[in-house]
Parts: sequence; C-alpha cells; structure tokens
Amino acid sequence: MNDPVSIPLPRTQIPHTIVPESVESAEVVEQAPTKPSVIRSFLNAKSSGRVGDGAFAGVIVLCALSIFVIVLLIIWVLIANSRLSIHAFGWKFFASQVWDPVSGDFGALPFIWGTLVSSLLAVLMAVPLALCVAIFLLEICPQFLRGPISFLTELLAAIPSVVYGLWGVFVLVPLIRDTVGPVMEKFLGWTGLFVDPNFGVGMFTASVILAIMIFPVISSISRDVMRVVPVSQREAALALGATRWEMIRISILRNARIGIVGSVILGLGRALGETMAVTMVIGNHPDIVKNLFAPAYTLASVIANEFTEATGDLYLSALIEIGLALFLVTIVVNAIARLLVWAVTRGDSARTA
Amino acid sequence: MATLPVRSSQHEWLLKARRNFSNHLMTALSILSTIVVLVPLIAVLGYLIYKGASSLNWAFFTHTPVPVGETGGGMANSIVGSGIILAIASLMGIPVGIGAGVYLAEYGAGTILGEAVRFTADVLNGVPSIVMGIAGYALIVAKQKHFSALAGGVALAIMMVPTVARTTEEMLRTVPHAVREAAFGLGIAKWRTVISISLRTALPGIITGCMLAFARVAGETAPLLFTAFGNQFWSTNINQPIGALPLQIYVYALSPYDEWHRLAWAGALVLIAMIMVSVTLVRIFASRGALKGGQH
Repeated sequence: MNDPVSIPLPRTQIPHTIVPESVESAEVVEQAPTKPSVIRSFLNAKSSGRVGDGAFAGVIVLCALSIFVIVLLIIWVLIANSRLSIHAFGWKFFASQVWDPVSGDFGALPFIWGTLVSSLLAVLMAVPLALCVAIFLLEICPQFLRGPISFLTELLAAIPSVVYGLWGVFVLVPLIRDTVGPVMEKFLGWTGLFVDPNFGVGMFTASVILAIMIFPVISSISRDVMRVVPVSQREAALALGATRWEMIRISILRNARIGIVGSVILGLGRALGETMAVTMVIGNHPDIVKNLFAPAYTLASVIANEFTEATGDLYLSALIEIGLALFLVTIVVNAIARLLVWAVTRGDSARTA
Repeated sequence: MATLPVRSSQHEWLLKARRNFSNHLMTALSILSTIVVLVPLIAVLGYLIYKGASSLNWAFFTHTPVPVGETGGGMANSIVGSGIILAIASLMGIPVGIGAGVYLAEYGAGTILGEAVRFTADVLNGVPSIVMGIAGYALIVAKQKHFSALAGGVALAIMMVPTVARTTEEMLRTVPHAVREAAFGLGIAKWRTVISISLRTALPGIITGCMLAFARVAGETAPLLFTAFGNQFWSTNINQPIGALPLQIYVYALSPYDEWHRLAWAGALVLIAMIMVSVTLVRIFASRGALKGGQH
C-alpha cells in the first residue's frame, strides 16, 4: 500500500532564499496515507485477534506471576514482622533452649528438636510401609483389589488434620498410655527411649499420627515413580530368571531410587509443617529429653498455640521468626524433593538406561 | 575370563531355596503392610462414624453453641461460616489458579519463566498451612486490627492457587494438539481457542482439580486459627470473626467437657462427609469426562 509519494525524497541542496512551499505541502501529503487513523488500526487489530490476544495473554501472565508474588509477599511479611526478634537474638535464637515469655527471652532449639525428631521418626515408620504398599499395589495385587485399595489409601490423605487429632486424643493416646506403652517399656526400656512417665501424649504418639498422615504422600508418589520404569527393564530381569522380588529389587527399586528418595523427602516436608494433629497429641512442653514418651513441642504447634495469646511485640515477632524458619526449611526440603522426583519422572519416554 | 564357579547340587538347591524364601517373604511383607496400613484407616473412619453418628442430631445443624453446662446446641454458625470462608477462598483462588495453569500449559510451556512458575507452584504447595495463617494475619488482620472471615478466605485462597494451577496445567496437556491446530486453521484467535477449545475440552478434569483443592482446604484449621479466629455466635459478616467447622472441632476436642466432645465428633463426621461428597463427585465427574485415559 505504499504510495510512491511516501518514499523520502533525496534532499538536495536548496538555496535558502527559495522557500520551498510546494515541498512542505508535499510532506504533509506524504504523511497522511502511511498513518492510518487510530480507529482504523484498532479495528484491524481486532479483526486479526491481536487485541483479544494481547489482553488475554496479559491476564494469564499476571495470574502466573501472582504465584511469585505470593511467595515473595510471604517472605517479606515474615521477615518484616520478625525483625524485632531477629535484631534482639540474632543467630542465638536457634541455639538457645530458653522460652520464657514472661522475661522476654526466646530461643527456638526445643521446637526445632521436637519438629526434627517427630518428623524423622514418622518418616522411619512410614517409609517401609509405604514402599511395601506401593510395591504391592503395582506388582502383586490382583487387578480387582487394586482400585479399592488405592482409593482407600488415598482416602487417608483426604481426612483433615484436625480429625486425625481428634482421633489421636480419644483413641491413640489412651491406647499408647495403657496398652502399647507398657509393652514397649518392658522390651525397649533399656534403650532409655521408652521409659516412664508415659502420659500418652508425647513425641511417640505425635510421630505415629504423623506417620499415618504422610503415608499416602510417600506411597502414591513412589508408586508414580516406580510406574515409569520401562516394562522392558522388568522383562529383562524376569528373562534372566529373577524371582519377582529380585525383579522388583533389581529393575524397579534400583531404577526408581532417586524418585523414591524424592517422595520420602516430600513426606518429610509434609511432616515438618503439620500442625493441628501434632499440637493435639504432642503434649506441648518445650523440653529436650531422650525419652520419646515425654511431651515435646514443635515449631508449628508453638505458633498454633501461642500466637493469639502473644502479649507484646517481641513475643509475637519471635513466633513469626519461628514461622520464617519453618517456611525456609520446608521450602528447601520441598525444592530438593521436587528436583529429585523430576529427575526421574520428567523425561520418562527418553529414558533408555 | 575366569572360570565360572562350580557349585554342587546341594549348593544350588540352597541358593534356590534362599531366593524363593526371600521372594515369598517380601510378598508376605507387602501384603502384611498393606493390611497394617488399612487398619488405622478403618479404625479412624469406623470410630468416627460410630461416635459421630451417635452424637449427631437435628439440633447440630440448626443451633448455635450453648454455654458450658447446658446440653444441646449445635454448630449451625460454624457450618455457615465454613461455607462463607470457602466461598471467598474459591472465588479468589480458583480463577487465579486456572489462569496460572493456562499460562503453564498454553503460553509458558518450555520457557524459563514457565519452568520457574511451575517449580514455584510445586514448592508453594508444600509450604505449611500455618505459615499461610501468619501471612493472612500480617497482611490483613494486623492492618485491619481485627480478625475477619475475609482474612481466613485469603489464607485459604493462597493455598488453593498452586493446586488448581498444577491440575489445570496437567489437564490442558491432555488436550490433543490437533484440536488446537484445527481452531487455528479456521482463523480463530488464540485467546478464543484457549477459552472455547482447550479449556472447554479439559473442563471435567479442571473441575476435578478445583474440587480436590476445595476438599483440601475445607479441612484446614491451622490457617484459620488467627485469621477467621472462630466465633460462638451467629455471624455472616465477612469483616468480623467467623466460626468454622474445623476450628470448632479443635476447640471442643481439647475442652474437658463430655458434651463438647460429643459435638466435636459430630462435627468431624459432618466435615468428613462434606469432603467425601466432593471427592466422590470428583470421581463421577472424572469418569464421565470427555478425556479418559492418559491421566495416570
């Protein structure tokens, strides 16, 4: 559509005594047709879908960026609100065992201890069971049982934390206090880990509840990871005369080990941040003791219990700093787990080895 | 290279027996652990139904909590409160989540930004819910100087976004490329293709994802502790503290009164029933969906 007029004319030296009126008017003419009116260009863009596309893509990108914004906002809010405590205690906050709201002296070590020990114990209990169930459902289970059992185990994940807590308070706590506890004391008492006084509430009970809660996570993700092991690998092992267990060990567990570790870490992340059920059965007492029957306290439960009662800015900011620590730890744990799971499931068709 | 070790037949037999034994042992262990895992599940559900059903009555749905010492009372305000909080959370969380999912599947696939968003969403998914509660508190409650249903809704909405985004993305990925190309071939703009073709085809799956996210946050207590805060009285004002079913269960479970324990069990049963109903609906939706297979 380019007019020949719109091509810029080569400027020649014109004596400035001559006023090139005709050239000026020609310039005006040459501008007009190259620049369509705003309305025209809008209509053009609209008919080719450019306006809708631009607006839609903008909204969509905003939605995607909102995820970054949420994470940054959480980090900012946590840091801004815990500044008081960070300044007051520095790194000592994570090494001090004192938690004394009255004198305003705060240290998070007992809570870190409680969180780590209860989560690790839960993982220790849940992992063998979860892997066995995953193997059972994938390799051993008859077809007609597979659906119902996997549905049931996933149902475990759908039960809210507070309901586990309720069950824990009224069923598990008496059970451990009156039945399981004495037996364990008799046989494992010599380790010093299971000794009186056993009130039923404590580290061990919390770990059992946590193990039940993180089991579905570990089981379903490790099942997904095992499933992407190529069938040819299984067939190869079987063709060499391996028994079923040898086939599982050689071709499935070996190939899927990175992803399985990822699923375990993911379960660990879930256990670290679990709040309600743990708060209801762990006894809420900030102490570092060897006895697993003794009451303990975790990072998440101290926030849940004391946040609304926190008097004074320093108390509140110490609690928020605990939240910050919890947030950072779970972010790191989850990031590692996701990377490991990705490493396995990502290019599942590309895998040959 | 070296010669193969020569084994006596007895040695062979022992080896075979050992291999067979470990095979059977591990099979038995797997079956046993599946049973062991199903026990707590059945124990939790069975005890819950037994205790809950015996404590449930009509007053539970129609009355508000009564003071200590009086019998009766219910959780009508908490049920309605939960509904309000969840409605706020869904209204905010689901559209943003679907938008982010569309970005991941249709716009950002393969780009660095797309990978980063996906990774952040996965990580955000694992952030403890109590931290969301702190965020809701600091962002809204601390500014407004009072607890509110709105703050609770925001905290839950933040939890819904990554879940909805990831399931939407996975569902959109199951839509065949040919369908999209057909739409482009007809000269339909991309935004229109996304809305009317991709989202439309993947709709059953996306609804599934939204319901799962909904079911997940419906039972959350920790983020509501210091945002919605709970309320013993009837309130539907989203600017005021509001009761929520999980909060009420928590408070009643830790109280020393038998009557309140009874109500806690009834509340737990109602909560589970609400979640189960939505999960079952999800199953029906998913099995009726246009896109079967391809998904796990």
